[in-house]
Amino acid sequence: MLLIDCPFCGKRPELEFRYGGEAHIARPDDPSEFGDKAWGQFLYGRSNQRGMHAERWRHVHGCGRFFNALRDTTNDRFAATYKIGEERPALPEAQGAVEA
Amino acid sequence: MSAPFRLEGGGRIDRTRTLHFTFDGKPYAGFAGDTLASALLANGVHLVGRSFKYHRPRGIVAAGSDEPNALVSVGSGPRFTPNLRATQVELHDGLVAQSQNHWPSVNFDLGALNDLFSPLFPAGFYYKTFMWPKSAWKRFYEPKIRAMAGLGHAPTLPDPDSYAQRYAHCDALIIGAGPAGIAAALAAEAHGARVILCDEEAELGGSLLAERKGIIEGKDASAWLADAVAKLRQSPKVRWLSRTTAFGYFPHNMLGLAERMTDHLAAPADGRPRERLWQVRAKEVVLATGALERPLVFPDNDRPGIMLAGAARQYLTRYAVKPGSRAVVATAHDEAYRAALELAAASVEIAAIVDIRQDMPGPWAARARAAGLRVLPSTTLCATSGRHRVSRVEIAPCGSDGKIGARSRLDCDLVLMCGGFTPTIHLFSQARGKLRFAEKLNAFLPDGGAENLRCAGACRGIFGLESAIADGVAAGEAAARDAVGGRVEAVHAPVPLSEDGGGGRLEPLPNHRSPHRVKAFVDFQNDVTAKDVKLAVREGFRSIEHIKRYTTTGMATDQGKTSNMNALGIAASALDKPLPTVGLTTFRMPYTPVTFGAFAGSARGELFDPVRVTSTHEWAKVKGAVFEDVGQWKRARYFPVKGEDMQRAVARECQAVRQSVGLFDGSTLGKIEIVGPDAAEFMNRIYVNPWTKLEPGRCRYGVMLREDGSILDDGVVGRLAADRFHVTTTTGGAVQVLNHMEDFLQTEWSGLDCWLTSTTEQWAVIAVQGPESRKVLERLVEDIDLSSAAMPHMSVRQGHICGVPTRLFRVSFTGELGFEINVPADYGRAIWEAVFDAGFSRRITPYGTEAMHVMRAEKGYIIVGQDTDGTVTADDVGLSWAIGKAKKDFVGKRSLARPAMTDADRKQLVGLLPENPELVLEEGAQIVADRQSAIGQKMIGRKMMGEKMIGHVTSSYFSVALGRGIALAMVAGGRRRMGETLCVPMPEGVIKAVVTNPVFLDPEGKRLDA
Repeated sequence: MLLIDCPFCGKRPELEFRYGGEAHIARPDDPSEFGDKAWGQFLYGRSNQRGMHAERWRHVHGCGRFFNALRDTTNDRFAATYKIGEERPALPEAQGAVEA
Repeated sequence: MSAPFRLEGGGRIDRTRTLHFTFDGKPYAGFAGDTLASALLANGVHLVGRSFKYHRPRGIVAAGSDEPNALVSVGSGPRFTPNLRATQVELHDGLVAQSQNHWPSVNFDLGALNDLFSPLFPAGFYYKTFMWPKSAWKRFYEPKIRAMAGLGHAPTLPDPDSYAQRYAHCDALIIGAGPAGIAAALAAEAHGARVILCDEEAELGGSLLAERKGIIEGKDASAWLADAVAKLRQSPKVRWLSRTTAFGYFPHNMLGLAERMTDHLAAPADGRPRERLWQVRAKEVVLATGALERPLVFPDNDRPGIMLAGAARQYLTRYAVKPGSRAVVATAHDEAYRAALELAAASVEIAAIVDIRQDMPGPWAARARAAGLRVLPSTTLCATSGRHRVSRVEIAPCGSDGKIGARSRLDCDLVLMCGGFTPTIHLFSQARGKLRFAEKLNAFLPDGGAENLRCAGACRGIFGLESAIADGVAAGEAAARDAVGGRVEAVHAPVPLSEDGGGGRLEPLPNHRSPHRVKAFVDFQNDVTAKDVKLAVREGFRSIEHIKRYTTTGMATDQGKTSNMNALGIAASALDKPLPTVGLTTFRMPYTPVTFGAFAGSARGELFDPVRVTSTHEWAKVKGAVFEDVGQWKRARYFPVKGEDMQRAVARECQAVRQSVGLFDGSTLGKIEIVGPDAAEFMNRIYVNPWTKLEPGRCRYGVMLREDGSILDDGVVGRLAADRFHVTTTTGGAVQVLNHMEDFLQTEWSGLDCWLTSTTEQWAVIAVQGPESRKVLERLVEDIDLSSAAMPHMSVRQGHICGVPTRLFRVSFTGELGFEINVPADYGRAIWEAVFDAGFSRRITPYGTEAMHVMRAEKGYIIVGQDTDGTVTADDVGLSWAIGKAKKDFVGKRSLARPAMTDADRKQLVGLLPENPELVLEEGAQIVADRQSAIGQKMIGRKMMGEKMIGHVTSSYFSVALGRGIALAMVAGGRRRMGETLCVPMPEGVIKAVVTNPVFLDPEGKRLDA
């Protein structure tokens, strides 16, 4: 079970959270200006990252707040969690592999 | 009573406590400290079961959780438990155990005919043979095969035991209490870490429990172990858990441990849970899981009396049991010599040590020769015989080219085998650790991983007592340093890996017989032979994952503990590829089976899933209501009177509402209060409807879409003030609607000044519907004018009813004049009863969800989720009138302009009237355009899903008001088909129905103002 660092409440188990899909996909101010293809991309196009993935979580059984997180999809390590509206943090250096 | 194969002295058993037990009905005795396996062996019982597929006689192969054969059923009545490993079942007085998978008895099993016909049962045989006719697979072949094969039987009575669950946190979790694990626990504890140490066995010690001569830190091994265990027990920083299997490694160092608390007791104390599931979040993990000995693959290597050399040593030293009288030792590794020497010292005759290797670099062969044992290098074991127990083997010299020399026979009642050691990397692999193949060790070793963990001892290829201890110390210190920080100054380095321990063998031993006639088992539990693995490769399987599934090797409860590497070795040579490039199959949790009880814990019976009830629930129960589950809610479905069935009760309830007045509990509707200066703007963006001009005191039916344009939810919204909306949602949609709203408010429109609060639980909702409803309420409402002029349809007022504050809505989901009383939930029942009493003279009738459904369908009102699915737009169900055309944007608006959303052939909501008015169509039934295609579809049976399908029935009821069956349906281009007759093909025949407007009753809405 993931241990997720809510920017408002601190580390809590995954059970308290609800996944919210990829982050930083802003809704356009005027969707009517979007052509069909661009709108289809907005609705359905996702990066499906292997590696560091910016994603949204909601602390639904806690403070109820949405926030963003950077998670490495290859090992589930969170590099950062940050509030909605904040810039995506610069990529931290790869964390050291464990001794076997 | 003395068992014939029990030694006079020694072992870790308590000879003062004799325990009586039965196996297959026969009484035996053992000692406290025995397992069922050791006690059976002490009594000379080797035949303990029949194999999975061929029903071959099988004996005890191992001494621990790696046992593939000796699966037994233990206990009786509700505590009957199948498929336990006899090697893990601790003996207690009165234990009742049975062998499995045979009929009529383990000695004479008719299923063993399978073995004679085994040329007919190669790998994948089920898939190839039972293909025709196709329909027979489900009905005939599969049930028969399952009855024939299979392991033990499932218990049939409810489980009488309770199961507990605990969460725990620690600095260092150490898995495995062998020498490396104990050393790691001591070191971590000494450096300030809070430690949890767990081991699957009853006693801590691992391999030390069978260690005779080892010296640790100047002490005898068993004395060192006793001191170490005493130290760990005394430390307040250490929690040690025996009989506890770490079965799963989950992300972020969360591990699942299953602790068996009462199975080893003859009479469990009342109230004590049988098992406890631990969910441990560890800062650091040390895996000291050891290594498993591999069997050798040779013809008929599965007879009872053939066991792993290390297992024989354990039975001898730990349980003081002689596993036989005259043994042949077959080996590809030095470790078997140690077993041979110890058995010889206990006066087991060693007929020969047959070593497939030409050179034995270690000191062991010389020691064996010095002790007078007959050592035969470059020799293979090519056949065994003996019906229920091995009685003879054939051996032959064998060069490195695989050529067999002259064969000779050796009589024996025990064969020890050692093919080398496989590090136990199950948990490491579950933690998504990377593996590296060590050529000299013939083993995959941990090589860097994703979690905060380190491995110590044999599970990372560090063999030998001294090295394991040193490696454990280093791992414990490092774990403490990383978990608690700077307090550890000098950390010992992990022991460098020496790969000279001997890799053993991963291929079958050579033999003289035709490979087609030989059964040399790789996976004992699943009855997979070397031949099966080769056949899979010949038939074109290339991936080890496919070979695994086709042959079933390494599957099921065994998870390939003894078989994985042998299967891989055979597959690699058949594929002619280097072993590491073929790769290992994925290790899955659990390491050994975990009971469902442990996972369920207290979540069973009433506690399985929370039940939500409304304030009138008890009242409805007393009135004899029949309830239905709607999500977690219990809702009254209908209120039968005097033995009515549902149809009659619903007809009566509908009639009462249409003619007089009915009472309905709508409290389960989701309710959200939206408050703030920007509340109206927020509503404008989230709903399709316009809200700016809605005056306070008025209501509007709102529809909201997902961003993709499909309907998410609907409900009536009342505006209480310029900055305050009372929103209702469907019962099932409440949670997701609030999440949807919060999502947009928090992440897209965080500039809007408004707040969303769930008030579902705060308000009880009592719907009073029917032409008499106003007259009933007038007597109870104090300060609200209910007249049509003062309070028109779709309005909301705040005031008091029976002295209780209320939000009173004039709304209707029945098409009749109606009101919905909202009162604080605690007053729900009191107000309900007051309304019921006030309506008594007008025969007020409580009605349930079924009548509500019928009446709303008569009016063509949709239910989101029943008449709609994730593809339906507002226009599809005739709700485009609700859309605020002047609004520039709202969630889902842009999607409605996509070409597919405006296609004239989209499915649209229509009414359907069966030609025969008595008929009620089936909900979900498919609709076709004409009788011709309907008949065609019937004739081609399975092709029913052809392109002629044009729609489906979404709601269907018998309407008393209309005296006929009615239905709502989604039909392609439905609105231009008004008046057309369509066909609904059913198993009994084709039903014709006419397309109509979905509003069946009172299309002008006159009844709303009756």
